[in-house]
Amino acid sequence: MAEVKKYEEPRIGVFVCHCGTNIAGSIDVKAVMEYARTLPNVIVADDYQYMCSTPGQNKIAEAINEQKLTGVVVAACSPRLHEPTFRNATKAGGLNPFRFEMANIREQNSWVHMHQPEEATSKAKDAVRIAVAKASLLEDLVPKSVPVEKAAMVVGGGVGGMQAALDLANAGIKTYLVEKSPTIGGRMSQLDKTFPTLDCSQCILTPKMVDVYRNEGIELLTYTEVEAVEGYIGNFDVTLRKKARGVITPAEAEVRGIVGGGCTGCGDCSEVCPVIKPNPFELGMAPRKAIYIYHPQVSPLIYTVDFDACVKCGLCVEACGDKKAVDLEAKDEFMTVKVGTVVLALGYDIFPIEKKFEWGYKNYDNVITSLEFERLICASGPTGGHLVRPSDGETPKRIAFVLCAGSRDSTGVGKPYCSRFCCMYSLKHAHQIIEKIPGAIPYIFYMDIRSFGKMYEEFYYRIQNEGAKFIRGRVANILEDPVTKNLHVNAEDTLLGRPIDMEVDLVVLAAAIQPSAETEKTRRLFGVSCSQDGWLLEAHPKLNPCGTTTAGVYLAGVCQGPKDIPDTVAQAEGAASAASIPIHRGEVELEPYFAQCMEDKCAGCGMCINQCPYSALSLVEKDGRTVMQVTEAKCKGCGTCGGFCPGGAIWMQHFATPQIIAQIDAFLLGGEQ
Amino acid sequence: MADENWNPKIIAIICNWCSYAGADLAGGARIQYPPDIRAIRVMCTGRIDPLFILKAFQDGADGVLVSGCHFGDCHYLEGNFKAAKRMFLLKSVLKNIGLDDKRLRMTFVSASEGAKWGTVMTDVVKTINELGPSPLKEFAR
Repeated sequence: MAEVKKYEEPRIGVFVCHCGTNIAGSIDVKAVMEYARTLPNVIVADDYQYMCSTPGQNKIAEAINEQKLTGVVVAACSPRLHEPTFRNATKAGGLNPFRFEMANIREQNSWVHMHQPEEATSKAKDAVRIAVAKASLLEDLVPKSVPVEKAAMVVGGGVGGMQAALDLANAGIKTYLVEKSPTIGGRMSQLDKTFPTLDCSQCILTPKMVDVYRNEGIELLTYTEVEAVEGYIGNFDVTLRKKARGVITPAEAEVRGIVGGGCTGCGDCSEVCPVIKPNPFELGMAPRKAIYIYHPQVSPLIYTVDFDACVKCGLCVEACGDKKAVDLEAKDEFMTVKVGTVVLALGYDIFPIEKKFEWGYKNYDNVITSLEFERLICASGPTGGHLVRPSDGETPKRIAFVLCAGSRDSTGVGKPYCSRFCCMYSLKHAHQIIEKIPGAIPYIFYMDIRSFGKMYEEFYYRIQNEGAKFIRGRVANILEDPVTKNLHVNAEDTLLGRPIDMEVDLVVLAAAIQPSAETEKTRRLFGVSCSQDGWLLEAHPKLNPCGTTTAGVYLAGVCQGPKDIPDTVAQAEGAASAASIPIHRGEVELEPYFAQCMEDKCAGCGMCINQCPYSALSLVEKDGRTVMQVTEAKCKGCGTCGGFCPGGAIWMQHFATPQIIAQIDAFLLGGEQ
Repeated sequence: MADENWNPKIIAIICNWCSYAGADLAGGARIQYPPDIRAIRVMCTGRIDPLFILKAFQDGADGVLVSGCHFGDCHYLEGNFKAAKRMFLLKSVLKNIGLDDKRLRMTFVSASEGAKWGTVMTDVVKTINELGPSPLKEFAR
């Protein structure tokens, strides 16, 4: 196949959309429509208020039938928005849907040239002429149907990732849950209470962690990272690196023939370990050994050896005894799994707030971040829930909270966006101080209190009534009294219009959040775009907030943008639902933009083969000649081979060389010179 | 310099996933820019055969813009790298045939950079306006 086809005489219909006043406001739609009638091959041209409406779509189908059209052009919004709609309308008229071409006269014309109606109209005419030129050369194409692997992967084991994995598994789909750290639970497990209900965070999280661990549909892969991704929707081959843990599970022990062996989580090894390191789970405020668990509620309850710290003294091996769970010679292992769809739930990190040097974090002992506050106020934290000043261990009485610390910051140092949950957790912190420390007063320095969720505003009033002091103004700087280690907070009270110098015992910075360290690497492996801030880009900000531009990859939680726990869980459920659809359907249709070899032109030089990033091309012997062959299942239709072939022997379906040349010629040589 | 009635004819060949989406975003945000550029959509800048660009100049284009994803962000892994290599080659070809190589520009605009798309459009039109009409225009068919 793949010969340059002889076309029947093209008969094109052009339909120009007003889109209310979106297009007609700056473009003379009637003039564009009249102009279309003068173009070669155009049989019929029409205009309509809303082409995407049912009557608008019917116009297309009717014209195809009445005028025996071979191609359809709609001049309206972006093909990224309505190409599927009009392809369906073209199909409804009995024409192959790929004989449709769209001229973008809204996003890239009427909306960006609102005050230049003449130029905009002339640009719209050019756009229609270019589209007609392409439509005249379009050919019938059939989408390729591929089977979908009945398995899914969730990357990230925070509350969002766990929810997505549970939903997928409960829908009957085998789910791999990949988590980089030794335990699932994520950020939420570091929190003490949750707003506005004041539920204990661990109390509502740990049952979910246990559910994940026990669920037979979930294969939990902790201490594991995504190493490489190949394939496409329905057939992703994901290579995982299982980092050397140094401790084997009971299941692994059974495989190795150690009866009754494997880690039981008794902790004997950790007790004898001589190496002491800061525990990252407690943000370095508590020690851990070189063989460790983060906290008592980890899931799975398996110890992990930190091989960067381990001195290989062997005391842990001795302490473990007959269970033989510790293996200090363990190496990283690799495994490849095949999945149909993927949910990314990569979470967030705290912005390094020491960059805002005027607040003295890491310089002054008694300036801490909110996450450190969470650990200090938490009963399972390093101080057993007693809030203390890091400098002297005293209980602070006057505590300042600095909101928007690095968020809503246009100085270039911080982040321009709102981190979205700092207002609410700072209110919660204020409540906890009033509750736990008699006579303590929280001072909240805020720009605006954003309490937008269900029962959030009510919570805000409650904290006001409990006695928290609210000062509307941004903190200019913080200075430390070198003797008492007390802090002077300098700000402007913008409601009273006067400067403030307030002496406090402790400052808590509600630091901004940023995408987690792994986000950049992982998103590139899966081919997902990001916004300027680094948050992963959804397929559509309003109507497809869980999808991405990579088919089969979905987003859950904060990696898509700051959100609190209920929103994260809701989006995780949405992502799981979206990820289960192709799997339950069993097959997906791929756009048929495949490369085809025109064998009569192919010299068999093989230079295209290195151009293909997907190894879809190969050389074969055919009729005594060497020619290139395309494996359609691997071809994603980028056209990199077609842009390179020195002999012009590659036919890129729907973006073929004659079609593109016709567009160029139509713009530059056609029209009103 | 250019006569008063001359308006530059500039063609932009842009990728579906990043620059076309960025251009759509600029529209949604109503970012205003000069109306002299016509865009042709391809799935990836890797699709762009250098001959397309030479054909555009042969047809009398005053400028050509190629715009794709940022390096490392290509929807097809590395199509934009390959396109960029070809553009370097093409620029030297343009110089050799006596065309100012500033008439060909490659930019990288992501799907979230609507404002940048507006800046790129304004800047390309400004560059071509300064260069004046293409000397090949009179030979165009």
